[in-house]
Amino acid sequence: MKAVVTSADFNLADNESIEAGESATAVRDVALNCLADGKVLYAGHAVAAVAATRPEIADEALELIRVEYEVLPHVIDVDEAMQPDAPLLYDDMITQGVTPAPTRPSNVAKKTVFGRGDVQFAFASAAHVIERTYRTAAVHQGYIEPHACVASYGADGQSTVWCSSQGQFLVRALTAKILNLPLSDLKVIPAEIGGGFGGKTTVYLEPVALALSRKSGRPVRMVMSREEVFHASGPTSGSSIDVKIAADESGRMTAAEMNLRYQAGAFPGSPAHLGAMTAFACYDVENLALNAYDVVSNRPKVAAYRAPGAPMSAFAVESAIDELARELDMDPLELRILNGVRKGSVTVYGAKVHSDGFIDTLKAIRDSDHYKSDVPDGQARGVAAGFWFNIGGESSAAVHVDETGGATVVSSNPDIGGSRASMAMMAAETLGLPIERVRCTVADTTSIGFSGSTGGSRVTFATGMAVTQAAEKVVEDLKRRAAEIWECDAGHVDWRDGAAHCLDPSKDVKPLKLQSLAAKSAKTGGPIAAEVSINAQGAAPGFGVHICDLEIDRETGRTTITRYTAAQDVGRAIHPSYVEGQLQGGVAQGVGWALNEEYIYNMNGVLENAGFLDYRMPVASDLPMIDTILVETAPNPRHPYGAKGVGEVPIVPPLAAVANAVSAIVGKRMTSLPLSPAVVTAAMEQGD
Amino acid sequence: MARVQTISTRVRDLTGGLAEFEVEAGSVRALIRELDERWPGLGAVVEDDMAIAIDGEIFQDAFAEPIAHSSEVVLIPKISGG
Repeated sequence: MKAVVTSADFNLADNESIEAGESATAVRDVALNCLADGKVLYAGHAVAAVAATRPEIADEALELIRVEYEVLPHVIDVDEAMQPDAPLLYDDMITQGVTPAPTRPSNVAKKTVFGRGDVQFAFASAAHVIERTYRTAAVHQGYIEPHACVASYGADGQSTVWCSSQGQFLVRALTAKILNLPLSDLKVIPAEIGGGFGGKTTVYLEPVALALSRKSGRPVRMVMSREEVFHASGPTSGSSIDVKIAADESGRMTAAEMNLRYQAGAFPGSPAHLGAMTAFACYDVENLALNAYDVVSNRPKVAAYRAPGAPMSAFAVESAIDELARELDMDPLELRILNGVRKGSVTVYGAKVHSDGFIDTLKAIRDSDHYKSDVPDGQARGVAAGFWFNIGGESSAAVHVDETGGATVVSSNPDIGGSRASMAMMAAETLGLPIERVRCTVADTTSIGFSGSTGGSRVTFATGMAVTQAAEKVVEDLKRRAAEIWECDAGHVDWRDGAAHCLDPSKDVKPLKLQSLAAKSAKTGGPIAAEVSINAQGAAPGFGVHICDLEIDRETGRTTITRYTAAQDVGRAIHPSYVEGQLQGGVAQGVGWALNEEYIYNMNGVLENAGFLDYRMPVASDLPMIDTILVETAPNPRHPYGAKGVGEVPIVPPLAAVANAVSAIVGKRMTSLPLSPAVVTAAMEQGD
Repeated sequence: MARVQTISTRVRDLTGGLAEFEVEAGSVRALIRELDERWPGLGAVVEDDMAIAIDGEIFQDAFAEPIAHSSEVVLIPKISGG
């Protein structure tokens, strides 16, 4: 046995927050989530770590550590955690965002309010009012690769961490702050990632492993088991949401009210505010009143999961709209087209819609073979829509031309969805090279400029913009070099099809290909390369609309998806089959969220299904081919190739698309996910 | 003068409940400086925790972004993602 660490080995004095995943997160909370200090906040919350030369020795050492636990009352459910008499996780948590500030502590970390117009008046004069409460379970991202890292603290104080994450720079920042190290003394090397989906935008192991390495003087490897991933890493929030919508005789929505209560887990930071901001982002509703509550309870701290916060609120809103369509006896897509945001519409959070992308996507689904087809006997069809902001932010990229005229793109972002191919394609297009001559690699924290994490559907947009700008700088340099060779003005050199063309009529010269220019690079200024660092602005939002056909085995309650089509406003698809894959992956995860996935706790507050046998995620045999429609009517004008984020939108609509279809078969509005066989069977037995 | 609105209760707490006001600022940097002079502490809140929608387009951490005399500016919570 080589070393033991506890939270006493961490720097807990730093109250700084760092952008990570769904919102800024307090470094101190991240540290205390890695190793508890004084109070264990959930079953699975680690208190100490040991390093040993063999796992068996480490297990034995752990057995020798004596922890005295005083069992305190606990609370798991979000609504119960908000009750005045609920057990408190923190004696000093005063709800932020309430004026005047409450005088008593509670489990409500923060209340966020959004609104406009006169909601009360609109409801009083409405022809139709739909009102229900919806609930979703906490679900895990389900990445195949558990958290894992190797950390080595060198005798000279220089440290290296190899890990699988969505952001090597984020891992560096959090680990260095928790261990009070200068950033320049820590190098983080991004390993290939086996899935993230938002769940790898924080740290669990890296500060612990590096602290153990610092104490033991040896490299330390840590790997979570699947069970540990479920017990101690962040799922997304479970939620409880009241939604009430008003509409006039024609079906035009005039007002909406929502109360969104999201589980944060043991530390503040749920995406409740993002749920509120996205809830009605697809619709032009004049009067809105939305209250979002970030609520702590005795669960693992939540982490980001594709479109954090949006699938839950969309489940509530899209279910309510489906109910409104049925009350009006109106086609659900026509109802959405009637109410959908168009160019010039203003969202509740203040941004103006810059395209008709949502309407185009609704029409693409309406005109699809799937929607035009009859619903097969015994089946039902559900439709639902979804929105995500997409973001830009800080990115760095370099383009190096090798001496044979090929190119390497150096990206600053771990590739979690095929981004290396997209980066290479954008560089190849700009340089005029065949894609086979361009390769992309992901660099460590010492080999490329800073970048935000791979998340928020930002990489193809923001890092792609940096790659394109770096390639454009290379092209300018190549034109200068060609002019030097031709002894002409650089303004008389054009670059097309991967070669410099001389426009000076006095020069009788043949085009110079990149390969020729690369071969002479030493004579024209040395290596050909450029690096660009930017803070990309202008990420355009995306909209999705899905159709789901399904059937239910009335004996077992098992739901089978028989046909599924996802349409999405994707800007311009840089790599269409990867974009299609993003849509299909989002649907698969959303279907799991709708039908089976949930954290099940026993009366003692212990998670009972911490493994893939009991935590049921859909596998390939559970799903039909998921058809996709890529709507490219609104390329993003802020991106050189029109790209916008595509990875988050597709997980937003499936919850309601599935639930709306199940509700149609069951004959009863299904308001609580997952719609597992037991739930569906019980609902069918009860009837409406 | 640019018209500034906010949907954030955190901002309204610092402005004494004002949700809409006018500010003379030619850029995001100037806006933050002006807000901090008028309501001490608000500049840091906007700089660190808010995104800024200028005429409907969202900007985050963009000091140099210009704000026109007739611009509509909305202060909103920062947006990230998974």
